[in-house]
Amino acid sequence: MEPATRTQNPVVTGTSVLGIKYKDGIMLAADTLASYGSLARFRDVERLIKVGNTTIIGASGDISDFQYITHLLEKILIKESNTEDGHQLYARHIHEYLGRLMYGRRSKHNPLWNSMVVGGIRDGEGGTFLGFVDLQGTTYEAPTIATGYGAYIAQPILRKAVEGREDTLTEEEAEKVLEDCMRVLFYRDARSINKIQIAKVNASGISISDPRFLDTEWAFAEGIRGYGATD
Amino acid sequence: MPINEVKPATGGFSFDNYARNTMLNDKGFKAPGVIKTGTTICGCLWKGGLVLGADTRATEGPIVADKNCEKIHYLAPNMYCCGAGTAADCDATTGLISSKLELHRLHTGRQSRVVTAMTMLEQMLFKYQGHIGCALVLGGVDINGPQLYTIAPHGSTDKLPYVTMGSGSLAAMAIFESRWKKDMELEDAMELVKDAISAGIFNDLGSGSNVDLCVITKDGVDYRRGYDRPNERVQKERSYKLKPGASTVLTSSFRKYVEVLDGDAMDTS
Repeated sequence: MEPATRTQNPVVTGTSVLGIKYKDGIMLAADTLASYGSLARFRDVERLIKVGNTTIIGASGDISDFQYITHLLEKILIKESNTEDGHQLYARHIHEYLGRLMYGRRSKHNPLWNSMVVGGIRDGEGGTFLGFVDLQGTTYEAPTIATGYGAYIAQPILRKAVEGREDTLTEEEAEKVLEDCMRVLFYRDARSINKIQIAKVNASGISISDPRFLDTEWAFAEGIRGYGATD
Repeated sequence: MPINEVKPATGGFSFDNYARNTMLNDKGFKAPGVIKTGTTICGCLWKGGLVLGADTRATEGPIVADKNCEKIHYLAPNMYCCGAGTAADCDATTGLISSKLELHRLHTGRQSRVVTAMTMLEQMLFKYQGHIGCALVLGGVDINGPQLYTIAPHGSTDKLPYVTMGSGSLAAMAIFESRWKKDMELEDAMELVKDAISAGIFNDLGSGSNVDLCVITKDGVDYRRGYDRPNERVQKERSYKLKPGASTVLTSSFRKYVEVLDGDAMDTS
């Protein structure tokens, strides 16, 4: 008998999420679009969330699955708080939990169809953490992370700007490079919009910005006429 | 010519061997793989002309077939063409159109125009319905100024101020989209193209090795093979050359392998 499979197709989806380490901590960026196939269905969705006081997560992929993951994370935060043992969940632990969760679901051929970026304070001893988890349960840590089309388009830019300079990159530089990448993604990813959010974790805590618009340049080919044929 | 001898013009590929090839495949005979160029190629306009760029890796599936191939092909004294996709197709197609352009120049007595090359390429690729796997970045300067085109395998064309093609095109385009401006200076344009190709070399597995550049202006062409070499092999730690005498000679025989003739010495004056 064939094993039961419920591998789905994602329905309402979010596109790329970007994450980088900088001098003071971690920064994540994502746009605020939830697409319904090729329809730009929900244009004010928050795909970056706060988990406790230590971690931020950004998700791409199926939004209903992400909402379920958010619910599960709330439950484990409450559970941890109820044990009243002086411990709290940090980014490394959330990342580990999500990794196990996602791999377990994939092993039952019923994945939660998401790719996520997890960032924040590493653990009780401090430090920073930036990691990736996806629908297959693949996990890794790196100074720059990008999901979806971001992996092809933003990652080359992020790597060039950040790799080797995680300890000297200032907050302004970090925000600028993320903004530049979100702009390029808006130019080149057909399932994106130019309304973005940026979240950061540093010594003063977690802050997730309000959604804001990106300026774009469309006059680049003003002088060009036609596509080379007979005009 | 009698009417029953007139045949309609044929064009495109002949698929007569399709049945035979399928039968051979079923019997276990696999045709050798295609050599693809993987590739990052790009081009952009600057104040005085244009710059073309390419990486130098040719792949056969997961293997690197050529670590330093040339992907910027000569078409005419004022035109070069970068090629991505099937290596043989790019070489043959650009070679054919280069010949046709030279004959055309002899016929017209004029410098070749970029749209001429573009039209020849697009019409041929369309005729073959995408079976010829060439994705080209054509750049040149003619009486109408510098022009940059992309030509896709099925024969569609785009005329743009900056273009990228190949598996590394997204990495290269990311660099262009964040830094290209109208009327750049030459040094900035060369640096931009070099960085765009480098983004492909380091972030795309189908691209690698060196950066080749080609600057085209109304005054001529500056072809820079190996403009940047960020992946040179480190010096080997030791020399593996064998010293003479490393192998012990047990016996040597000479006379039995040659014909020994007694006679006058050869005249070597």
